Amino acid sequence: MLRSRSTLLFGLLVCAVFLAAGLVVSVNFGVAGIGVTDVVRAFGDYDGSRDDLIIRTIRVPRALAAALVGACLAVAGAIMQGITRNPLADPGILGINAGAAFAVVTTVFVFGGTASSTFAPFAFVGAAIAATVVYGIGSMGRGRMRPMRLAIGGAAVAALLSSFTTATLVLSEQTMDTIRFWLAGSVLGRDLELLQQISPYVLVGFALALALSRQVTALMLGEEVASGLGQKTGLTKSLAVLSVVLLAGSAVAVAGPVGFIGLVVPHAVRFFVGVDYRWILPYSAIIGGIVLLGADIISRVVLPVHEIPVGVTTAVVGAPFFIYLARNKVSQ
Amino acid sequence: MARLAPIASRPKAREATLRAGPVSLRLNLRSVLIICVLSLAAFAGLVANVGYGEYPVSPVEVVRTLVGLGDDGGHAFVVNSLRLPRALVAVAVGAALGVSGVILQGLTRNDLAAPDIVGINAGASLAAVSLIVVAPAASIVYLQPAALAGAFLAAGLLYLLAWRRKGSPLRLVLVGIGLSAVAGAGATLLIAVGEIEQASVALVWLAGSVYGRGWDDFYSFTPWLLVFFPLALLLSRHLAAMNLGDNVARALGLPVEKVRGLLLLTSVGLAGTAVATAGTIGFVALMAPHIARHLVGPAYGGLIPAAAATGATIVVGADFVGRALFAPVELPAGIVTAVLGAPFFLYLLYRNRNG
Repeated sequence: MLRSRSTLLFGLLVCAVFLAAGLVVSVNFGVAGIGVTDVVRAFGDYDGSRDDLIIRTIRVPRALAAALVGACLAVAGAIMQGITRNPLADPGILGINAGAAFAVVTTVFVFGGTASSTFAPFAFVGAAIAATVVYGIGSMGRGRMRPMRLAIGGAAVAALLSSFTTATLVLSEQTMDTIRFWLAGSVLGRDLELLQQISPYVLVGFALALALSRQVTALMLGEEVASGLGQKTGLTKSLAVLSVVLLAGSAVAVAGPVGFIGLVVPHAVRFFVGVDYRWILPYSAIIGGIVLLGADIISRVVLPVHEIPVGVTTAVVGAPFFIYLARNKVSQ
Repeated sequence: MARLAPIASRPKAREATLRAGPVSLRLNLRSVLIICVLSLAAFAGLVANVGYGEYPVSPVEVVRTLVGLGDDGGHAFVVNSLRLPRALVAVAVGAALGVSGVILQGLTRNDLAAPDIVGINAGASLAAVSLIVVAPAASIVYLQPAALAGAFLAAGLLYLLAWRRKGSPLRLVLVGIGLSAVAGAGATLLIAVGEIEQASVALVWLAGSVYGRGWDDFYSFTPWLLVFFPLALLLSRHLAAMNLGDNVARALGLPVEKVRGLLLLTSVGLAGTAVATAGTIGFVALMAPHIARHLVGPAYGGLIPAAAATGATIVVGADFVGRALFAPVELPAGIVTAVLGAPFFLYLLYRNRNG
């Protein structure tokens, strides 16, 4: 493990370099050959050429969206695993993504052909409601939260919400048309404007998460320990849930429900970094970005003609890991 | 741990014994009555389904046409060729799912087990979607064996990953959730890669619906039912013994491994072929056994037919609701059952909250 402060800082820098490299590769990769200099020119000296258009409207937004969504989901997952002390926690598994997705679909259904830029607030509402319900299910019964019950309750809520989503889509072809591209869990075809609108929420979510990192580390040791250290655990948890809702809601508003990033990344990070959330969170953000960028690139490389939604790639890799955790790392 | 009340603790039921030479059958009169009522409910659902639609046929006319008593208004074509096969498929699929769920819950001694929840249906779906996308020319007849193979593969994985080590009931469900996620991603992948025509066929089919099912589907499904239903009834006695635990069952002289294998074969076979016929109609195999157990008690002789009738009623009712609720748009029956079944599942979790 990397434990000393300077090693950790150095590692974080290396990861950031990798993230930058991933962004460059993602922008360069595609049918139209585009180099780094072309990218610089497209933003510095825009002349409306075909390459410039491809870069500004397709490649760069896609790469940024992948990095942003990956970072949001990974941090949200890390926080959830911390406050529930549940290795299976993830915004996808616990139904938060499904809640946000259902809220967005309902919005489109009720208000008609809404632009994707207005998805975010509704996604937050949906995510918040789902989070509350699932948390309630996880804490019912005697004693403390039970990890398995929380995960299974979350999966049931997700199943319920996604059947509502499907019902809405079946009932309204117009909704289906507006939303189909979005619901598959994909970062294709997002525009920069959407990312700009989301970014304030994402920043608040990240800031909140980082501000709470000390408290979450203490919570990982147990509720009693945390309150023994003078922490208002209820307040910490509420604020942490708020940041999860902001981050997961933003991710869903941009890319639709993408699963398992929030599950896998924090575990991998913890393996190298240890238990201190002040380091886990920034690492999770950067590595989450790298992983989703990588998954998106793989989706494009493996089957170049077909656009595989990136959510499929993350599920193929992430679900076996989920099974591994469920078998070996979860107590009743 | 399952809430299967011990048989002895229930009030002594009124029983009758049927004898035919060397064979005798003990019947619990109350169970027989309830099973009859449930079957009537399923039949009523079938009649309602056949009568409802753009060209309405009154229930009396439906029954008359079904039994072949005259054909006053010329409904025969609509009833027999268009609507009846669909309704029959719904009934058959529901019955298969109900029985599959009863056996799986008994076998795993797990309240929350059902083939769709532990990932067996997802395996069947993935296999069937593969067949549709990869070999579109293949006849519909191959869909059943393919789905069956997928179901068995998923069951085998489940056994290896979660069951063999006598894991907790919740762990089985969790591993099933993971398996479903893998298989679901695989199916989505195939649909994204496949030709648009096959992909849309696969999508419609995946939604879990009896929409557009005809006599072909019904006839390719029934042979499997005719194998697996009698098998389930024959094995029902052993299921009760298995429920007491492996050691007790062995002490009662049961070849435990063989019986377990046969029971698993029956349960997975019913689920797999049901999925091949109608896609994944979720939560029926979870709800039907619980409702049936509530009505007829835990003795499997009555429980299996009761679960079959309950499952049939649920699916045929869900299909009716899906058709009628937002007519002319149709909701797939699988959506209706999920909207009912997911809260039911949460209720089961709540009931076992201190378990």
